[in-house]
Amino acid sequence: MQAAVIVFPASNCDRDVAVALHSATGRPPLMVWHRDSEMPKVDLMVVPGGFSYGDYLRCGAMAAHSPIMREIKARAAKGVPLLGICNGFQILTEAGLLPGVLMRNAGLKFICRDVHLRVESAGSLFTRNYAEGSVVRFPIAHAEGNYFADPETLSRVEGEGQVAFRYCTADGTVSAAANPNGSAGNIAGVFNGSRTVLGLMPHPERLADPLLGGIDGRAMFDGLVEALS
Amino acid sequence: MTITADVIRSHGLTDEEYQRVLEIMGRQPNLTELGIFSVMWSEHCSYKSSKKWLKTLPTKAPWVICGPGENAGVIDIGDGQAVIFKMESHNHPSFIEPYQGAATGVGGILRDVFTMGARPIANMNALRFGDPSHAKTRHLVAGVVAGIGGYGNCVGVPTVGGETNFHASYNGNILVNAMTVGLADANRIFYSAAAGIGNPVVYVGSKTGRDGIHGATMASAEFSEDSEEKRPTVQVGDPFTEKLLIEACLELMATDCIVAIQDMGAAGLTSSSFEMASKGGLGIEMDLDCVPMREENMTAYEVMLSESQERMLMVLKPGHEDIARAVFEKWELDFAVIGHLTDSGRMVLKRHGQVVADLPIDPLAKASPEYDRPWVAGQRRPVLDPAQVPARDPFEALKILVSCPDLASKRWIWQQYDHMVMNDTVQRPGGDAAVVRIHGTAKALAITTDCTPRYCLADPHEGGRQAVAEAYRNLSAVGARPLAVTDNLNFGNPEKPEIMGQIVEAIQGMGEACRSLDFPVVSGNVSLYNETNGQAILPTPAIGAVGLIDDVAATASMAFKGDGECILVIGETKGWLGASLYLREVLGREEGAPPPVALHREKREGQFIRTMIGDGQVTAVHDLSDGGLLVGMAEMAMASGIGAEIVPASHLPLHAWCFGEDQGRYLVTALASQVPVILETAHRAEVSALVIGITGGADLCLKGIGSIPVEELTRLNEGWLPAFMSHPDTNA
Repeated sequence: MQAAVIVFPASNCDRDVAVALHSATGRPPLMVWHRDSEMPKVDLMVVPGGFSYGDYLRCGAMAAHSPIMREIKARAAKGVPLLGICNGFQILTEAGLLPGVLMRNAGLKFICRDVHLRVESAGSLFTRNYAEGSVVRFPIAHAEGNYFADPETLSRVEGEGQVAFRYCTADGTVSAAANPNGSAGNIAGVFNGSRTVLGLMPHPERLADPLLGGIDGRAMFDGLVEALS
Repeated sequence: MTITADVIRSHGLTDEEYQRVLEIMGRQPNLTELGIFSVMWSEHCSYKSSKKWLKTLPTKAPWVICGPGENAGVIDIGDGQAVIFKMESHNHPSFIEPYQGAATGVGGILRDVFTMGARPIANMNALRFGDPSHAKTRHLVAGVVAGIGGYGNCVGVPTVGGETNFHASYNGNILVNAMTVGLADANRIFYSAAAGIGNPVVYVGSKTGRDGIHGATMASAEFSEDSEEKRPTVQVGDPFTEKLLIEACLELMATDCIVAIQDMGAAGLTSSSFEMASKGGLGIEMDLDCVPMREENMTAYEVMLSESQERMLMVLKPGHEDIARAVFEKWELDFAVIGHLTDSGRMVLKRHGQVVADLPIDPLAKASPEYDRPWVAGQRRPVLDPAQVPARDPFEALKILVSCPDLASKRWIWQQYDHMVMNDTVQRPGGDAAVVRIHGTAKALAITTDCTPRYCLADPHEGGRQAVAEAYRNLSAVGARPLAVTDNLNFGNPEKPEIMGQIVEAIQGMGEACRSLDFPVVSGNVSLYNETNGQAILPTPAIGAVGLIDDVAATASMAFKGDGECILVIGETKGWLGASLYLREVLGREEGAPPPVALHREKREGQFIRTMIGDGQVTAVHDLSDGGLLVGMAEMAMASGIGAEIVPASHLPLHAWCFGEDQGRYLVTALASQVPVILETAHRAEVSALVIGITGGADLCLKGIGSIPVEELTRLNEGWLPAFMSHPDTNA
């Protein structure tokens, strides 16, 4: 499987996700510069975390208009899987590839810590190696992860099973106390309608190495490799 | 403008210093030239009060590649790799404008490290704030933490640890000491000495604006009531540009274009150009019209003294301009050839086609004033007899201590820092030292910052020794071999003999400890004049230190690992209560001599601990410091949720045994089966080791006395800072 990691100015989790992908696929992913307008054939596109363009406008708003995004949209439309993590999720919502937006955290502060997530759907390339309803631990590190969508969009997202992960307690309870940033419905990650695009605020690549304290994130990359190889 | 006595004074130059300006110039300087003298000779840039004493610190060891004098210190960690690190203060600006002051402090120290060819891999910070009840404290904590996070998170360098203290002496002068650690190839270190007559001098990064003019001069004076008016001298940071600058510089450094490189920090283009030329023994001619500017009609004075951030000055090999330009254009950064090196030994500046300044370089850079300021040794405080210090219920005292501002959990702070980006943070904040893996290897670095200012006030010499010894201990406690130190010396006004005495004695104490522990000082920074209306801060010689772990799998953390493990105290417990937190927080007294540090024992004990960790004999390790043994035990319990039962020594008053701050001690846990080996090894190593209890349960128990639930301690320990910061006045 050949993955590509899209690099924007001030992406800063590009190397982290590349390491996780390399480890899962056995080959280094292509690192694609945002100003490129073309990219070789790849099996998976990943938009990593960071602060593209400093996030000085709205998070992801500038990156969503980078030259490479036209190509990404075209590939995604053809069904090439696309994963957006953290700032990558923000970029994909700004680009209209995923429903909803990410607003400032309800507590107004940047939060870096582990959270628990309930896997809402195992029926996707990204989540096939998780059991539905199981609880996983991923780190978050963001100031704008407060998922919001208008009621109509939200009910569509909920109704059509587009919620991938929800913030929960260690025992799987989805509660306000387990919601780190005020996200609607405790939503931590969403799919597009065909479940070939996933955006999530938590970082699976940060817990994919036992030395760093856990490997709950690895199943996402391993599952992608199994599905796409 | 005519150079009047007022103009000279407003530039922070004394009459004697101005006489030397006249001698060096052989004529009256113009305003631009005077401005250049003023910043070059400011305390901040010239170290004129501390130089004489800094020279006494040990700076060499076989593993030191580059000691003080460059942008940062460089040490060899084997396998062709080098670690480059330094700690630097941004105290004055952070008090005036906490968000930007702290943010640009992080930006500046990052540049000091990547300008030498290293990719920054970890940030740390040592913070000191005023009394929590002071009207400004909450606002300063909120702003500084947001500023450090706002900058560090965006550039994608993890902020992995640090320390935060509160004391009324910092009410008018907070301390923001930021440290960056970077990784480089040992054969690709970049230095700042200019070379090659005719070689192009190149400016890269952000454009120059009017921000930060005279920042270095501001940082070299005491504050008074009107310090708010100095807000315009604080620079504004742009971490996005910094991130691009890191990537662009590292990309260019992988080619063969750069002769010398220097970041534009304090005193901006002035100090960077003078330092590069002076180190190379050359002259520079610069056309300031070529400097990228973001404001109109900037004068030569403003261009030379601006402290706009995210800028670098480089000397390139001739004919390599186009390669370099392409790299910086890719990253959408400014790139401008602004001058060339000459053999004149002079700095010649042009603006609008006219020569606007013509100064000799060496007399300015090298002949800056050096003062042997008068100093007096501090009065030594009497040693307190623990039996004369009132005893309180140990659990009531423990509750006070774990929730006091200095010991309360700093989770509220470090959760606002991305401490995981780069995916090498093996030990997250909250432990004795941060542990960061060397990417792609099995090695790791341990990093710590330490200083106990209340000891330094009580006895600067002993306090200086203790700061170094504690750093050594914290590195040893995670299994790292301590390698080298960066120091950030924060003091009051050196023109006062008693303050100068603190500086001298603290440096002497640090030097003793560094020599004894083979722990050289490779970089540092001095921040003086931390006074407001004549009130000085506690002497705060903050130590940042780095150690090496050969096998990242063989490291230790402080959390208890399971029930039924034996708890041992390593090192002697004598119940030293002078200058302790028990005395200050429980009894409200700040008195007594601080605990002495036995350096010969420190070394033995550190070696013993590292051996035990390396051999896998111990399951948890924690250095004992603030608050003493019972607090250390509580911290290990809180980190794990596992309780313990311990048996107090009978030869000491209980409160002295629980809360005495005797130095050179660690708590370790081990399986019962390992204890005989540990005791035997300790005996042979002439290290004191004593089994004092066993882990398990949900309570922390003192046998025969009582107990307290670990959960209650955790609630108190975690509760203080969030409660303090959520007070409605936060944004006042």
